[in-house]
Amino acid sequence: MTKIIEAHGLTKRFGKTQALAGIDLEVEQGTVLGVLGPNGAGKTTAVRILATLLRPDSGTATIAGFDVVHDSKNVRRTIGLTGQYASVDEDLTGTQNLVMIGQLLDLSTVQAKARAKELLEEFDLSDAAGRLTKTYSGGMRRRLDLAASLIGRPQVVYLDEPTTGLDPAKRDDVWGMIRVLVKQGTTVLLTTQYLEEADALANEITVIDHGRVIAHDTPQGLKRQVGGQTLEVRPVLLSDVDRVTAMLASVGTREPEHPAPDLVSVPVLGDDALTTVVGRLAAEKIAVTELSLRLPSLDEVFYSLTGHTENTDGKEVAA
Amino acid sequence: MIRDSLILAKRSVTKMFRNPEQFIDVTLQPIIMTVLFVFIFGGAVAGDTEKYLPFVLPGIIVQTIMFTSLTIGVNLNTDIQKGVFDRFRSLPISRSAPLLGAVGGDIVRHVIAIAVTIGFGAIIGFRFHTEWYSVLAGVGLLILFAVSLCWVSVLIGMLARSSGAVQGISFLIVFPLTFGSSTFVPADTLPTWLQGWVSINPVTHLIEAMRGLISGADYMAPGGNLGHEVLWVLASCVVLVAVFFPLATWAYRKKI
Repeated sequence: MTKIIEAHGLTKRFGKTQALAGIDLEVEQGTVLGVLGPNGAGKTTAVRILATLLRPDSGTATIAGFDVVHDSKNVRRTIGLTGQYASVDEDLTGTQNLVMIGQLLDLSTVQAKARAKELLEEFDLSDAAGRLTKTYSGGMRRRLDLAASLIGRPQVVYLDEPTTGLDPAKRDDVWGMIRVLVKQGTTVLLTTQYLEEADALANEITVIDHGRVIAHDTPQGLKRQVGGQTLEVRPVLLSDVDRVTAMLASVGTREPEHPAPDLVSVPVLGDDALTTVVGRLAAEKIAVTELSLRLPSLDEVFYSLTGHTENTDGKEVAA
Repeated sequence: MIRDSLILAKRSVTKMFRNPEQFIDVTLQPIIMTVLFVFIFGGAVAGDTEKYLPFVLPGIIVQTIMFTSLTIGVNLNTDIQKGVFDRFRSLPISRSAPLLGAVGGDIVRHVIAIAVTIGFGAIIGFRFHTEWYSVLAGVGLLILFAVSLCWVSVLIGMLARSSGAVQGISFLIVFPLTFGSSTFVPADTLPTWLQGWVSINPVTHLIEAMRGLISGADYMAPGGNLGHEVLWVLASCVVLVAVFFPLATWAYRKKI
């Protein structure tokens, strides 16, 4: 297998902030790498360097063999960028946006129009093609953004937090489109704050924090490292909380926690814990409003990998 | 690079027609200014509106061009804030194409503004008093000045944090240039201290040159010399470009 993205020792400093403190990334052709990390971890800075929008202070990166600093024009021919930042023009229609980018990619006007039509159909935007993109919903904008980055049929596509701020249905839409892309042989580098997203899409996951790589593994390996899944039960009656807590204590790998007064949560290994709990809840006739098995949140991943969690201020909280 | 710049200039023009605020800047605003000054102040300033129109119309054209040339900085700043520039930068196009495209779009804006102002002037009685080539030279001089001035706006657009700030700073620069000139009243009616500024203000010379080129020498300031005024304007263009083009392109390269 050939490595299509190779980055070694990338650093970048903005004033007093060390955004990247030496990052290595490798992606094999035709695979998806998930770059997982909280806000401010350096994900976007890394993508901007790999997309030639920023120069690294030190370190090297090549895309399909082209150096991002010295051969940026060839890198730009190879990549497509969809991100929190790279955006479509709100004062143009969906078609005008795509045709303009097609023309800038040296397609003739006729070719650019044909390619735009094709992509608008593929991304289910044909009905909105003639509307100004400022009237688009969040989900439609993301789809148009993604379509815009695919006009030149790039070998490598960067998706910078493609589903942040989307509702679950729209998120599934975007996931579906990413899967289609991968099936066509495109290499994808995806940044995300959700382990669930990286798990659903990526072949390998690199976890970064404070500008450093703190873990690199397959999704299965990473989940093993961070302790499987979390089982959550919310009984209808508050008086049942104690019985549920005792029940979950017997299946969990840690003492159950109470994220909310009426919610009981415990990490479990293996999928049979859920069946066991459902059976016992039925036997003891405890009614529940919520019962779920989910992957650990980013907070829990960080807790397992670093021994500390990160609160919303980005300050470290000692565990 | 030329094709890319043209594609991006087309974008800029399309956006102008979509954006009512910018469209009004080049259409309704010069019309309102003309009506306002000719019919409200014309009688008081020049005795009657007929005599005032050939005097004030070149001034209004110049004023419109001054305000229109601010738009480029606001637009570039908005593109950077919204991430549209990042999209362009991730494409294999020349780095200067987005800037050249914006300047190209600006020229179209200026031509529309000049056409609307002269067209409306014609409806209310303005006639060229000079030869056609002299009028063409006037339009050329206006656009040359506008393209020289736009680098100031580009520089502000690159340095300011928000498009609102670009607009604010630009107005601070354009107001004294536009109103501290002979746009609306003959310079010899102004207090002496102000005359000092007005006489070195390049906008005054542009207006005087325009009066000479489209309304005829009768409407220039007493003792005015058309060749002298045109030279002044050309010299100002050289200075503007020499100072602000390198600064603006330096700031642009830092951003892009």
